[in-house]
Amino acid sequence: MSISIINGRLIDPAHGIDDQLDLHIDGEFVVAVGDAPAEFAAAEVIDARGCVVSPGLVDLAASLREPGYEHKATLASEAAAAARGGITTVLCTPDTNPVIDNSAVVELIHRMARKLGQTRILTTGALTRGLMGEQLSEMAALKQAGCVAVSNARAPLASTLVERRALEYAATFGLTVFLRPEDRHLRAAGCAHEGAIATRLGLPAIPSAAESVAVARDLALAEHTQAKVHFRALSTLSAARMIHEAQAAGLAVTADVAAHQLHLTEMDVDDFNAECHVSPPLRTLTDRDALRRAVADGTIAAICSDHQPHEPDAKQRPFPETEPGISCLETLLGLTLRLVEEKVLDLPTALARVTSGPADILGLPYGRLRVGSPADVCIFDPQRHWTLDVSKMRSEGHNTPFDGWDFPGRITHTLFNGRVVYRAADD
Amino acid sequence: MHNLQLNEHGRLRHFLTIEGLSRELLLQILDTAESFAALPGRPVKKVPLLRGRIITNLFFENSTRTRTTFELAAKMLSADVINFNISTSATTKGETLLDTLRNIEAMHSDMFVVRHAQSGAAHFIARNASPRVSVINAGDGRHAHPTQAMLDMFTIRKHKGDFTPLRVAIVGDVLHSRVARSQILALNTLGVSEVRIVGPRTLLPTEARALGVHVFHDLAEGIRDVDVVIMLRLQNERMDGALLPNEHEYFRLYGLTDERLESAKPDAIVMHPGPMNRGIEMDSEVADGPRSVILQQVSYGIAVRMAVMSMAMQSQADLGGEA
Repeated sequence: MSISIINGRLIDPAHGIDDQLDLHIDGEFVVAVGDAPAEFAAAEVIDARGCVVSPGLVDLAASLREPGYEHKATLASEAAAAARGGITTVLCTPDTNPVIDNSAVVELIHRMARKLGQTRILTTGALTRGLMGEQLSEMAALKQAGCVAVSNARAPLASTLVERRALEYAATFGLTVFLRPEDRHLRAAGCAHEGAIATRLGLPAIPSAAESVAVARDLALAEHTQAKVHFRALSTLSAARMIHEAQAAGLAVTADVAAHQLHLTEMDVDDFNAECHVSPPLRTLTDRDALRRAVADGTIAAICSDHQPHEPDAKQRPFPETEPGISCLETLLGLTLRLVEEKVLDLPTALARVTSGPADILGLPYGRLRVGSPADVCIFDPQRHWTLDVSKMRSEGHNTPFDGWDFPGRITHTLFNGRVVYRAADD
Repeated sequence: MHNLQLNEHGRLRHFLTIEGLSRELLLQILDTAESFAALPGRPVKKVPLLRGRIITNLFFENSTRTRTTFELAAKMLSADVINFNISTSATTKGETLLDTLRNIEAMHSDMFVVRHAQSGAAHFIARNASPRVSVINAGDGRHAHPTQAMLDMFTIRKHKGDFTPLRVAIVGDVLHSRVARSQILALNTLGVSEVRIVGPRTLLPTEARALGVHVFHDLAEGIRDVDVVIMLRLQNERMDGALLPNEHEYFRLYGLTDERLESAKPDAIVMHPGPMNRGIEMDSEVADGPRSVILQQVSYGIAVRMAVMSMAMQSQADLGGEA
């Protein structure tokens, strides 16, 4: 299949391209940017006039629930949601059942993903066996099976010693370790930010220090072990500042933030809104603004979905008993583009944070559009606004606080490996 | 923001928290309670206001005392009362709170009186219950215990009259206390001149200013010249969580004795939501002394709960059914 995408504004942040350029695809790859190759005859021509032609999005963390939690979501439903959200590469978290701590589970997921053909599903292996935080996983085998990173998902590690050993062992194989910085003792049974709202609502609270204490510890161990450490899902000003300082001092650590943390605050939890029960918790406006600045200056190089689809029952309980997380593959681009509307980021930088930024953290060849790149493309109309209707979401999880929100940038097409996997006209 | 507790006429539909309720409404609760307060002294202790109504006590957390006063209040209003004591272990066996709710709804209750260990549980139930059911919060987690706060306000008004010149100190474990949160909101809504909280930093919320209070760590300073001293119960489990060294030191620093009480105004009253730990929160001298109004609180509790129940039930008449 050959496709030409013509008349669009091509933005390829990895190569600093932002220009009126056509894109030509043959088979699974980009064959030309600008003029078509001689004698190139496209079987389909997509007229992208007025639209932005961007690399497909790369999402570093989504919980896809299969195998084991099919009552929440399945690979099929979430792959379709990713395609609709313009996401062409997604790393699934290892918190499946069984856990992604052996090559059989990795192969199962990869095989199912290939069959679906909707988006590229990559796997994050477990850092410890069963995510129990005590014994190291078979990282060499996981890497060989195709895991592109290792993490302990949201489960804590038993001790600082286990963390040190895990970092050293991962570094042996050049595996990047994703860490979610949270001190388990300071977190305790908390479910909301320790601030004005949790105080008023009497919700068990998580102090900001739960994150900064962990970041300080993790930075010290990253420096000591020289492992590749990537901080997942930051929520506080102090964490962003510490990581910025460590980067400035030459430590090769990276960080991401969940898209919702750049828009929501503790105020949104008011009235016990369980859709805003997330982990780490929504913090203050000051934290949100600091995270926005850290995204703008590159301290935080990736914006993630941190997708957590749930069955309705998971949120139908008193707030502290609800399960944390938002189903948000379909709003990752929308939330990112809102930052452009709010003048936090310019459009190429915003797109970098959801394409080449996350890809570069792991050295992946995706999230870019040069000749020879896999033909993963997201085409959207930046002028065209759309409203999220939760009942029309493709994800199995309808848990989102963004129902009824207005988003810029309606996606018209998503191409994955040279094939159109989403077309707004068919939706 | 839409206030879940009020109907479209601004009348009390549910009673979940003091937050968002006006001074006028709180005074209306107190005035209505006043009209019920004389009943226990009469030979006929019932009024027929809620005859034919079914009130269900849904207690997910044990409390004989609070449940009994709600039951008594309902019976004095001539309502029929059903008691459900649902231990948390029963719900963890598989039935969700929503399923429990649907089951009990099928028994045609007009009102749920709810106590639950999780903050927000009463809101959750009010949001998910049928529109013909009123929900009264009898305590949810650390969040709110609004009827307790209103009976405390009733007690204060009985003794002090006007709220506006009053200084009130709340002493002890504010952090974990739903009673304190509701008291603070009620006192501030009723316009007292100052609310103070007194305790070690481990037992006070870090964002105390969000509550509209002044923070003290020294008991004598904290109760200096106050009109009302409210002592909070110290749960035994606080000793296990590295919040306090032991009961002995707590009493030495924050236990109320006659001597310490001297820094308060001479006519200051002493309150406690019960159950009280003698020798930990306060001396027996104080608890049984002339300034203690602790037992009055308990009897006023019935009148206040009658007021809230009858008001919430009357607002159901706005829905259009029988009054």
